[in-house]
Amino acid sequence: MSALVIRDLSVRLKKGPPLLRRVPLDLAAGEVRGLVGESGAGKSMIGKAVLGILPPSVEITGGEILLEGTDLLRLPPKERRRRIGATCALIPQDPLTALNPSHRIGPQITDRLVDILGWTRPAADARARELLAEVQIADPDRVLRSYPHELSGGMRQRILIASAFAAEPRLIVADEPTTALDVTVQKQILRLIAGMQARHGTAILFVTHDLGVVSKVCQRLSVLYSGMVVEDSTVADFFAAPRHPYSAALLAATPKYTDPAAGLNPVPDAVIDAVRAEVAAFDRGAPHG
Amino acid sequence: MPILRILLLRLLTTIVTLAGVAVIVFVVIRIVPGNPIAMMLPPGATEEDIARLTALYGLDKSIPEQFAIWVAGVLQGDFGTSITTRQPVLDLVLGRLPATLELSIMALVMAMILGGAAALTGTRFRGGRTEGAIDVANGMALSVPDFLWGLILILLFGVLMPVFHISGRVTPSLDLPFATNFYLFESLIRLRFDLWADIVAHMFMPALALAIPLAAIIGQLLKQSLKETMNLDYVTLARTKGYGETRVILREALRNAALPTLTLVGVQFTFLIGGTVIIERLFSYEGLGNMAIDAVINRDLPLIQGIVLLFAAIFTAVNLIVDLLYAVLNPRLRHA
Amino acid sequence: MLDGRSQVRRRAGLRLWLSAGWLGALALAALLAPWIAPKDPLAQDLFLGRLPPVWMAGSEPGYWLGTDSLGRDVLSRILHGARVALLVALVAGTITCLIGATLGLLAGFLRGWVDMVISRLIDIWMAFPPVLFSILLIAVLGPGLMSIIIAIVVIDWTRFARVVRAEAMAQGAMDYVASARVAGRGRLGTMVREVLPNVLPTIVVLLTLEMGIAVIVEAILSFVNLSISTDDPTWGGMISEGRTSIHQAWWVLVFPLVTLFLTVLSFSQLGEGLKDRFDPVLR
Repeated sequence: MSALVIRDLSVRLKKGPPLLRRVPLDLAAGEVRGLVGESGAGKSMIGKAVLGILPPSVEITGGEILLEGTDLLRLPPKERRRRIGATCALIPQDPLTALNPSHRIGPQITDRLVDILGWTRPAADARARELLAEVQIADPDRVLRSYPHELSGGMRQRILIASAFAAEPRLIVADEPTTALDVTVQKQILRLIAGMQARHGTAILFVTHDLGVVSKVCQRLSVLYSGMVVEDSTVADFFAAPRHPYSAALLAATPKYTDPAAGLNPVPDAVIDAVRAEVAAFDRGAPHG
Repeated sequence: MPILRILLLRLLTTIVTLAGVAVIVFVVIRIVPGNPIAMMLPPGATEEDIARLTALYGLDKSIPEQFAIWVAGVLQGDFGTSITTRQPVLDLVLGRLPATLELSIMALVMAMILGGAAALTGTRFRGGRTEGAIDVANGMALSVPDFLWGLILILLFGVLMPVFHISGRVTPSLDLPFATNFYLFESLIRLRFDLWADIVAHMFMPALALAIPLAAIIGQLLKQSLKETMNLDYVTLARTKGYGETRVILREALRNAALPTLTLVGVQFTFLIGGTVIIERLFSYEGLGNMAIDAVINRDLPLIQGIVLLFAAIFTAVNLIVDLLYAVLNPRLRHA
Repeated sequence: MLDGRSQVRRRAGLRLWLSAGWLGALALAALLAPWIAPKDPLAQDLFLGRLPPVWMAGSEPGYWLGTDSLGRDVLSRILHGARVALLVALVAGTITCLIGATLGLLAGFLRGWVDMVISRLIDIWMAFPPVLFSILLIAVLGPGLMSIIIAIVVIDWTRFARVVRAEAMAQGAMDYVASARVAGRGRLGTMVREVLPNVLPTIVVLLTLEMGIAVIVEAILSFVNLSISTDDPTWGGMISEGRTSIHQAWWVLVFPLVTLFLTVLSFSQLGEGLKDRFDPVLR
C-alpha cells in the first residue's frame, strides 16, 4: 500500500495567487521521493501541507492528502494532529534553530513518545540512547543531558534525525536537511539519512534543490515549477532522459562533480517562457479555488 | 567566572549610586527654608529652647560635618531620630517597610497574572478580534498612570459597587495577633483566613491600580515576543509531533519568549515601587510612602533621609535580583 | 495585507485627530476661562454647598456641574484649573525637553567622559522614587507654580536624556555622520546639523508624552496639597477634595477626574500617534 497519496492538492496565498496547482503525488511504503524545483516552486509547501504546518497566510483550496488511506484534510483538527504526530516526522532544514534552546536534548527526543504515544519514561529514555548510538553519537548520556547550544551543528542535525526516527514513523518529510550544513558534513548526514532509511524502511519525501542529492538517496522524483508538477519519474529514467524540457534544462544547469570544467548552463529563457505558458494554460483550463 | 565579575562590578556601581543618592538628599533637604525645630515646639518656646533642640539634633553644625556624623551613624545602623515622633528612624522605617513590600509584591503578582493572561490569550487567538480587543485594552492601560487608575477604581468598586475597602490596611476594630508587620504573610501562616480576607480586601484596589500599567507593558511585550517565537523552527517541529496550539505556546514558546520581558519587568517594577508613594496616600494605606509624604510635610529631616535611602536601596536590590534571575533562567549564561 | 495596513493607519489617524481635538478645545477653554466660566471659581457660598449637577433633583440653575462643599462652581473651577494644567504642561514640558535632549545628545554623540558623567547622573536619578523626589523638592522650594515647574524639570530630564542618548549613539555610528566629518564639519556642527534633525522626531514624541506626565505630576502635587496656593482651582486639588466627600457628592470628584483622564489620555495617544506617523516602516 502507498504510504502517502496526494490528489489534486491546491494551495494558495489567502486572497492571492496559487502556490500549488492540483499536485498529484504518491509514495510507496519505504520509498524515497525527491521533490525538486527552484526556490518558490512550492516543493516545501507540499511537505508542510502534509504535516499540517502551513503558515497562517496560506490556505488549502482543494484536493486530498491520503496518509495510509485516510484523508487528513477530512479529519477533525485534533485527530489530524495526533495522527500526524504518531505516524509522521520532520527532519528540518536548519539544525541550529530547530531545537528548543531552553530544553535539554533528552526530552526533545522523547517528548512525542511519552506525551503522544503513551510510552513510559524509562522506555522512552532507553529508546533515545539507542537512537543516538544509531546516529553514531559517542557518549549518548552526556548528549541527552546537554542543551542545544553546547553541541555543534552537525551533532544537532544527527539528533534531529534520530528524533525523527524515534517513533518509527511511516513517513518522514526531510526539508532540505543538508542545505544549512558545511559541505564536508553534508555528505556524512546524507549517508546517515540513507542508512537509517534503509534500516527502518521509512518512506521519505525529500525536499531539495540539489539534483546531486536526489541521485544519491531517492528512487523517484517530482519536478515542480510554479506549484505545478512538470515531471514525475524514476531517478534512473530522469537522469537517463528527462521528459520535460524544463527538467532537462534543470539537469543541464546542475554542475557535474565528474566534469567541473563544463561550467554552469542556466535554464534558457525560451524554456522558462514555454513552461510559464504551460502554467498559464493550466490556470485557464482548470480554475483553482 | 564571568558572572561573579559582573556581579562584583554591579555591586560597586550600586554603592556609588547609593552614595550619590545620600549626598543629594542630604544637601537638598538642608536648604529647606524655615527651621524645622522651631515648627515642632509650642508657640511659647524661647530662642534658648530652639537652640538647645537644634544642637540636640546636630543641626547647628556645618553641612559637611552633619553629613560625616550621619554617614558614621548609618554605617553603625543608626539612621538618627525622627524629629516629629522622637523615635529611631530605623525602627519607624522598618515598621512600615513590610506594608509597602507586601503591596508592591501583590501588585507585581497581579501584573504578571493579568499581563501574562493577556499575552497568552492574544497569542492563542492571534490575528482575530480577541487580539485586537486585547491591544486596545493594553493601549488604554498604558496611557494612564497608576494615580488615575486608583481614583477610577475608588469610584467603581468603592462607591458604585462597594465591594472593596478604599482606605487603610486593615479594619481598625479587628484584633491583630501579629508579631511582625507582614500582615498578609503572617495571617496566612497563622491560618487566620478571616484576617487574611480583610487584609486582601484592603490591598486589592491599591495593588490593582499599581498593577494595571505594568500589566499592560508585560502584556504587550510578552505577546510580541511570543508571536515572534511561534514562527521559529523548533516550534514548528513541535507542532509536527502532535501537540496542540495551547500546549505549544506554553511548553515551547513561553519560556524563551519570557526572557526579554523579564529584564524589562525589573526596571518597571522599580517604577511600580515608586508609585506606591502616591497610591498609599490615595488609599490611606499605612506604608512607607504615606509616611514619607507626612515626613516631607512635617519637615522631618532624618526620617526623609532614611526613607529615600531605603527606597533607593530597594530599587538597586530589585535590579540586582533581576540580573541574577536572568542568569538562572537563561541556560546559555548558566553554563558559560 | 495592504488594506490591513491602511486600516491601521486610518485608525491611528482618527486617534491622532480625536486627541488633538480634545487638547485644542481644552486650550481654547483655558484661554477664555475668565470670560466663559459661568461663575467666579473662588466665590464661596455655604448655602449653595454640594449642589448636584443640573440634571439632578435639588440643583440650582447656572451651576451646570454642581458645587463643592464650600459652594464653589465645579465647572468654573475645572475651566480655570485647565489654565494651570496646560501652563505647567507647556512650560515644564518644553524646558525639560530642552535640557534633557541637550544632555542626551551630548552624551550620545561625544561619548567619552561627558557620556560617563551624564550616564552616572542618570543612574543616580533612576534610584529616586520620582513622586517622593518631587514632593521633597516642592517642600524645599515652597509651594507655587514655579516650584512645580522646577520639580518636573529636575526629575524628568532623564526621560529625554536616556532615549536621546541611545538614539544619538545609533545615529553617530552611521555613515552619513562619518562623511560629514570627512567633509570638514566640526564635531558640534555635525551634531547640530546632521544628528539632531534625525533625532528630532523622537524628541517631539517624547515632548508630547512629557506634557501628559507634567499634567499628572501637577495633579498629584496639588492632590497632596503642595501645589499652588490651596484656594486657586487645580484639578488635583478638586480631586483631593472630592476624594474626601466621595459618598456625599460624587460629582466633585468625577468631573475633574474625567477631564484629567481625557487630557492625559490625549497627550499619550497623540504621542503614540505621532510615533507611528514618524516611523517609516509601520512596525
